Amino acid sequence: MNRTETEHVRDTSLLGFWLFIMSDCLLFASLFATYAVLGHSYAGGPSASEIFSLPFVLLETLILLTSTLTCGLAVVALYKRNREQILGWLFVTGALGALFLALELHEFVTLIAEGHGFQASAFLSAFFTLVGTHGLHVSIGLLWMLFMMAQVYRTGLTNVTERHLMCLALFWHFLDIVWIFIFSFVYLLPIIV
Amino acid sequence: MNIFGKLSLDAIPHDPVALAGVVFMFSAGIAALVALTYFKLWRWLWEEYLTSLDPKKIGIMYIVVAVLMLVRGMADAGMMRLQQAISVGDSFGYLSPEHFQQVFSAHGTIMIFFVAMPILFGLINLIMPLQIGARDVAFPFLNSVSFWLFAAGAGLINLSLVLGEFSTAGWLAYPPLSELQYSPGVGVDYWIWALQISGIGSLLSGVNFITTIFKMRAPGMTLMRMPIFVWTSLSSMVLVVFAFPILTATLSMLALDRTLGMHFFTTDLGGNVMMYVNLIWAWGHPEVYILVLPAFGIFSEIVPVFSQKRLFGYTSMVFATAGITFFSYLVWAHHFFTMGAGAKVNAFFGIMTMVIAIPTGVKIFNWLFTMFRGRIIFSSPMHWFLGFVVSFTIGGMSGVLLSIPGVDFELHNSLFLVAHFHNMIISGVLFGYFAGITYWFPKIFGFKLNENLGVYAFWCWIVGFFVAFMPLYILGMMGATRRLDHYDASMGWQGLFIVAGVGVCIIGLGVLFQVLQMYVSIRDRKKNIAGADPWNARTLEWSVPSPAPMYNFAHIPHVYGRDPLWARKQGIEHHEPPYTDIRMPKNSPLGLLLGLFGFLFGFGIIWHMYWLVPAAALGAIVCIVVRALDEHTEETISAAVVERIERANPSVTV
Amino acid sequence: MNHEPKFHGYLIGYLLSVALTLIAFGLAYLHINSGHLAFSHQFLVYAVVALAVLQLYVQAVFFLHLSRHPEARYNLVSFIFTIFIVLFIVIGSLWIMNNLNYNMTADQVDAYLHKEN
Repeated sequence: MNRTETEHVRDTSLLGFWLFIMSDCLLFASLFATYAVLGHSYAGGPSASEIFSLPFVLLETLILLTSTLTCGLAVVALYKRNREQILGWLFVTGALGALFLALELHEFVTLIAEGHGFQASAFLSAFFTLVGTHGLHVSIGLLWMLFMMAQVYRTGLTNVTERHLMCLALFWHFLDIVWIFIFSFVYLLPIIV
Repeated sequence: MNIFGKLSLDAIPHDPVALAGVVFMFSAGIAALVALTYFKLWRWLWEEYLTSLDPKKIGIMYIVVAVLMLVRGMADAGMMRLQQAISVGDSFGYLSPEHFQQVFSAHGTIMIFFVAMPILFGLINLIMPLQIGARDVAFPFLNSVSFWLFAAGAGLINLSLVLGEFSTAGWLAYPPLSELQYSPGVGVDYWIWALQISGIGSLLSGVNFITTIFKMRAPGMTLMRMPIFVWTSLSSMVLVVFAFPILTATLSMLALDRTLGMHFFTTDLGGNVMMYVNLIWAWGHPEVYILVLPAFGIFSEIVPVFSQKRLFGYTSMVFATAGITFFSYLVWAHHFFTMGAGAKVNAFFGIMTMVIAIPTGVKIFNWLFTMFRGRIIFSSPMHWFLGFVVSFTIGGMSGVLLSIPGVDFELHNSLFLVAHFHNMIISGVLFGYFAGITYWFPKIFGFKLNENLGVYAFWCWIVGFFVAFMPLYILGMMGATRRLDHYDASMGWQGLFIVAGVGVCIIGLGVLFQVLQMYVSIRDRKKNIAGADPWNARTLEWSVPSPAPMYNFAHIPHVYGRDPLWARKQGIEHHEPPYTDIRMPKNSPLGLLLGLFGFLFGFGIIWHMYWLVPAAALGAIVCIVVRALDEHTEETISAAVVERIERANPSVTV
Repeated sequence: MNHEPKFHGYLIGYLLSVALTLIAFGLAYLHINSGHLAFSHQFLVYAVVALAVLQLYVQAVFFLHLSRHPEARYNLVSFIFTIFIVLFIVIGSLWIMNNLNYNMTADQVDAYLHKEN
């Protein structure tokens, strides 16, 4: 394949993946709408301000935000075609993502242990599903990142790995954008209003 | 833990009518397997179709499965008509209420998801790449995965016939009836997972086709030079990509309610059943346009060709299509005017519904003006078009009537509504797809379908349609609600129900003619060789040999305006450079395997065989990894082979 | 998207995002510590929505590299279309569902009527 053909294939992949992400936005929009509608249906159980801790959520937010920066730095390294830097930044991103996921799981486990599980009320069902769906996406992102690190380590930078890395970065940035809205509308507003 | 979950021998149905279905399915399946083995067709099937990444082959598979499912859906329709014609007063018909409910749920689900959707995807696969001058779709492997996920969904829904039961909750499974409390069986789970798995396939197809249209067009094929079928496919796929995730989310929440005990749509602990209705229609209304827009596109191809005239109002057609796409997201509440929203909400959605009728009207006028002063050839695709214009306009009028909230309160959930949407879907969607299949058949297989039998089939369909559904409009006005398995003799409905049953028989005759048409056309195929351009058409798909070679175009065409083939035939200069090597994707069995794992995944959840679910997910991940690691996904067709194929099947040159 | 992404672009995006997050958090923190008296509810809702939308804009520009660049045309168009549809679905659902209060339980009807008067 010549240079323009390679670029055409890459742009096509990126556009396709972008459209997939746009459709994912609609998946989250449906869950957000459901949370907005059912967010006050406590059914005698706890309300948002009783079970969420703001500093804890801020910590999660900053960790994910930092991981999106390091993911961007991996892309910068990709353009410089520096394999060691790519692997390094991907590792940092993955580690931060794993930490974020661990915190989220900790929150879930604590809530369930206190009797505020997803079966307790419509509010909690909507909360667990929305945040859990985001967490599921993060987990898929982490698995993908592991796979990509192995790929880059094994074969170096080929057209295929380059293309896949750019899609992965897009995915990771998208997950951070979804989290902004979870931070604002799932945690912040229900706690203070 | 029981490795079979909820599955036991009791799952096989005992009721004689259902048992007959089981026996029929099994004998048909075994007959097919025996035939394949006897004629030694396994290898051919595997290499030419099952593992193929050629969109034309995938398109054929879509349409074959859809036609099989159409037969099942029609059998369901016939069963309902028979039950309603005889189940009056002291007679209770031949179906138990439970079984009747399964039949109407299956009929709606199958006709929309497993007949209309696959024919749509099949036609787009077959025709769209050819029309834009491309050799393939953007993601050939993903295309195969989409098909096999759809096939997995179709498999699950047919499995419900022999193992367990199907949903009794209607084609959209409204809670609370579809919740565990009121539907404890596996029926609703079959419904959820058949739709969920095939829905993911649809979503991936949507992404694939949009990318193809944006990125793979031949040089010179600007957006405003694309054939209208490509435009309507694009709009339809945009709706798929931006509406199916809503369905995925809604079905997931219902599944979470049923399997993990959550409370989204339950009647207790704060659940809200009305949110389900709201969300499912936020997907459901765009879905209507997903189906009908490509049918509009098909007619926009057919009318100019058989009027031998340029399409009237190309630009307005494009804007009407885009307008429908956008507005279709703003009308969903008209499906539940009676749920209790205030006047502001109902008035807004009522008005938007009337507004969306305007671009549709623009299209009707464009087609009529295209015919005006044209030299019209009354071929069978043109018959389907004319039948469509008349009956679709009637259906559209009844739709505008229903868009008035006050009228809707009177007619909601009545047979009037049933008549209205069959009027749109049979005469809009189905006639359009029949016209498209007849029109493009020679391009796909190299020979024409028998014209006379096609016209007979059309007349049976259109007459049968009016005889079957006009009585339903009247019955709706008389107060007959949908989904009745029995009514009192004093209602005075039986006569009209019998007339409707006769209508279905006439439609059945039409189907018989179509089967006969297929048989006769295949028998006489040598006499009906089509050549590259049998209809004297205008667009690029007719410039290549029939059937189209696997690489579509030996040379990527250059496009200088709308109707490129027409322009070429008028003598605009065009030359054929020497042939070159062409790279095409290799076959891959991984799409089929992914579909199989999707099937097992759904099966595991439906029957609570929880060990199977992670196992299937792992299998799917392994398939994806294997594909991602495969560096040799393409093969080269040498220039010599291309030359041989091209010389054997002449394309259109001037 | 062939224009090469630069380190400082990501850094600016990151710092802006952190700042916007901290402002939103600070508002909430002040409000809670003042015994829910510091700001009006309406102000808080508008402020949190505005900060979230601003951060969406920042990340779309600095991380997703959305621009009016002709190569990113389809990305931008589909992004704007997505925003429209998301707004339709979320706002439309909320509008419809709040309107349905007429049909809900007696308590909610009472509460609703109380609010109306």
